[in-house]
Amino acid sequence: MSANTAASPSQLSIKDLPWQIQWREERCTLCGACTSVCPVGAIRLGVFRKREIHAHPSLSTRPKTTWSIRYGIQQCTEPHRACVGCATCTLVCPNDAIMPMHSDEKDKLRMHRNIGGQARTRGGRRNDNESVLDRIKFIRISMLTDPALDAGRHEFDLRTLLGRVLPPQEGVRAALDGGWVPPVREIYPLMIGSMSFGALSPNMWEGLQMGVAYLNEELGMPVRICTGEGGVPPRLLRSRFLKYVILQIASGYFGWDEIIHAIPHMKEDPCAVEIKYGQGAKPGDGGLLMWHKVNQLIAAIRGVPPGVSLPSPPTHQTKYSIEEAVAKMIQSMSMAWGFRVPVYPKISGTTTATSVLNNLTRNPYAAALAIDGEDGGTGAAYNVSMDHMGAPIASNIRDCYLTLCALGKQNEIPLIAGGGIGKNGNLAANAAALIMLGASAVQIGKYAMQAAAGCVGSESDRCNICNIGKCPKGITSQDPRLYRRLDPEKVAERLVDLFVSFDTELKKIVAPLGRSTSLPIGMSDAIGINDKDAADRLQIRYVV
Amino acid sequence: MCRLFALTASEPVSPMHAIRALDVMREGHDGSGVGLFLSDFGGPLAAFKDKPILSGICTREGLRRLDAAMEDWGFTPLWELPITPQGPRPRWTPERDVYVLRVYDMPAHIAALPQQERELALVRTRLELRHMGLENEDIIVFSFWPDAAMIKEIGDPLQVGEYLGVERDELLCRTILAQGRQNTNYAINLYACHPFFIQGISTMTNGENTAFVPIRDFLMNQGVPGYEGYNSDSEVFTHILHYTLKVLGLPLEAYKHIITPLKDHELENHPQKAFLARLKQLCRRMIIDGPNCVIGAIPGGTMFMVQDSKKLRPGVVGGRPGLFAFSSEICGLDFAIPDRDRSKDVQPMHLDTVIVGPSRQEVTVCRQTQPLPLHS
Ligand code: SF4
Ligand code: SF4
Repeated sequence: MSANTAASPSQLSIKDLPWQIQWREERCTLCGACTSVCPVGAIRLGVFRKREIHAHPSLSTRPKTTWSIRYGIQQCTEPHRACVGCATCTLVCPNDAIMPMHSDEKDKLRMHRNIGGQARTRGGRRNDNESVLDRIKFIRISMLTDPALDAGRHEFDLRTLLGRVLPPQEGVRAALDGGWVPPVREIYPLMIGSMSFGALSPNMWEGLQMGVAYLNEELGMPVRICTGEGGVPPRLLRSRFLKYVILQIASGYFGWDEIIHAIPHMKEDPCAVEIKYGQGAKPGDGGLLMWHKVNQLIAAIRGVPPGVSLPSPPTHQTKYSIEEAVAKMIQSMSMAWGFRVPVYPKISGTTTATSVLNNLTRNPYAAALAIDGEDGGTGAAYNVSMDHMGAPIASNIRDCYLTLCALGKQNEIPLIAGGGIGKNGNLAANAAALIMLGASAVQIGKYAMQAAAGCVGSESDRCNICNIGKCPKGITSQDPRLYRRLDPEKVAERLVDLFVSFDTELKKIVAPLGRSTSLPIGMSDAIGINDKDAADRLQIRYVV
Repeated sequence: MCRLFALTASEPVSPMHAIRALDVMREGHDGSGVGLFLSDFGGPLAAFKDKPILSGICTREGLRRLDAAMEDWGFTPLWELPITPQGPRPRWTPERDVYVLRVYDMPAHIAALPQQERELALVRTRLELRHMGLENEDIIVFSFWPDAAMIKEIGDPLQVGEYLGVERDELLCRTILAQGRQNTNYAINLYACHPFFIQGISTMTNGENTAFVPIRDFLMNQGVPGYEGYNSDSEVFTHILHYTLKVLGLPLEAYKHIITPLKDHELENHPQKAFLARLKQLCRRMIIDGPNCVIGAIPGGTMFMVQDSKKLRPGVVGGRPGLFAFSSEICGLDFAIPDRDRSKDVQPMHLDTVIVGPSRQEVTVCRQTQPLPLHS
């Protein structure tokens, strides 16, 4: 912009952007790799004219002016081309000549992400690095009776139950008299939460499925993965691997035509069916797959025309009350598989979770309750929903667990906690904390993307462009030029690494607490926090 | 770690015999308290087999309130064993006003109830008294049950036994559970002292119950009268046994399947695999994590010992027909029954329930891999 022209309101300088590109001229060979790889076109080849003045120390010689032309990298400042800090340019630069740096103050771009009246949408999680789960410590170390357990040598059974567990009295009667007993699965307590085929690239989806199959069949770890709302590739539906899969049905019913038709051909029952009523990242919103990502393949699996945005309605159309809707849906889904498959609802974290739970306790077919807290991730949502909507998972799970205890039904409806678990890298500690607060299992999504596929998104608003199909890692893109970057075999390998190391860490947490024969659900005497209010709220010990 | 010693005998024996055995194992307890569960009496109490015996400790004011309440509810005292302390008061033993061991006649409306309801009425009466006592800390009630009495006191077991004159004909009995306490907290609450008792069932444990809180949270909310207190993490063992026998209606052999269910590979060849796998899921909330050794007695004169599944606490059972002892250590057993065939001593392993039945003729070992006696 020249100095004497008017500045438009949305004319930003590089300083106003959240990420500034640092480019080192002396290293750059002008190969152009960075500009061609940038997912948002934030950098371009710059042509710079330079005036040089050559003045001679002796006054008698007149100074000379020369002009030179230089080439280099220039950062764009238009709001839609603002650098997202993904550092893909850094990744491809052979000479380490370029890197995004985070601004030293809050950017001004945030006030201009609504050009044309379009509120900001993005992927990722709530942009907040705080986590109450990180502050929970495991304090009840078994020192009273020796020997304490050895995480490396003792035998551990850390599986959890997914499915409705009857009150022991009723269950024993039913088992002895041959009555109907609700289906219950014994699964690994760390689950891969719902991420749809469509939100994820085919390579990412395949990689996760392969990893899950390997964990189950080679390592004997009963890890389960939820499909999200996007249907399932027909071959998987008809394969033996379906038993490791939790099918999700949501308000758009995408892909369910294919699933229902495949039922007679299924070799195995799915692990469970999850009915999605809400999502932590965007409570009150249905799923959303932007048109950029709806190619032929996605359209075929979902049973829709290609190239159109696919918003799921915020609610199930049959819903007059959650009680009724959940009851009806659970009933019909259970019936579809002859009451052999656990069916449970997933809701977003909310202060009304305990009421939903109370309703479920009266429904003998309700197999669990999944709660997705405010820190849950998504492929696409309004920024305002992600940053400001929803209830934190810790107190939500605690309230629900204590409600079940008061009813004498603790663990009869397993509580599955999700949302921000491991968001600062402390996966096992966060998961164990939630389990001791009362969760029967925990779900991860974003963490699996980060650890198994190298997603660079963060809560400092880095990258987070999963919604536009330009994922620089090929995780959330449907563009073959991008998802080819991701090798499914390598994703599977990293997923296995993730679970195996998680397992070691979980044992390292529970062994010193003296626990090995069963997952310490609700072992609230084992945990403490150095915040009195949080301790009171969670009914755990206050420690300093 | 506490020391446990139990005797089951065809001919009544003195509880002091068990206390002396505890004394032999004194390295394992610190003399901070003793608890006795006595049942199947021989002496004068044998005449009152069906009449509930109230055991506890009161202040004088407490006794007055207790008497008034019992009278109010229609219980009439029939017989009383006066326990008068003798000799010097052991170190740590507080001065008490009254040790209560008293037989009551039930009011007609309770005596006429069917067994199950009559039992519940007795449990509720005990709980009422306990709650009354908690208000002013003037009444402590350990048990209120026919042919069963409990004595608990702070102090060295041997000294307390002598001080309270436990060696007396009136206390000769066939079933004795005795625990020498290893104190882990300074404020000693007698309600935290083993053995624990509910509806004719009594158990004592040593070790640490690391799964205490979730199990307590489950039991407390089952609406079963008496699932309360939990001053000790071991009290849940008694209540789980009660739950197994009385709520689920399963046999004693099922207890072990609830607290330490078989692992999958162990279940694989079990004839009742399907039932046990189900039971494991249903009762997962009562799985213990040890390390614990549990010794208990159930109505009818059966005594048993089980270990947690990691087998981390010592325990041995041995004896001869007519007299068997369950002991934390072999030295206790050697002291109590020296003239036995030691080769027949049993140290239960992680799958075993060691049982001596009411005939007191032999030790049977029930392994979890064996079929359970179930009736649908
Ligand atoms: S960091 Fe990412 S968005 Fe920014 S210039 Fe580099 S490639 Fe483009
Ligand atoms: S790397 Fe891909 S998946 Fe991760 S935040 Fe960026 S766009 Fe989303």
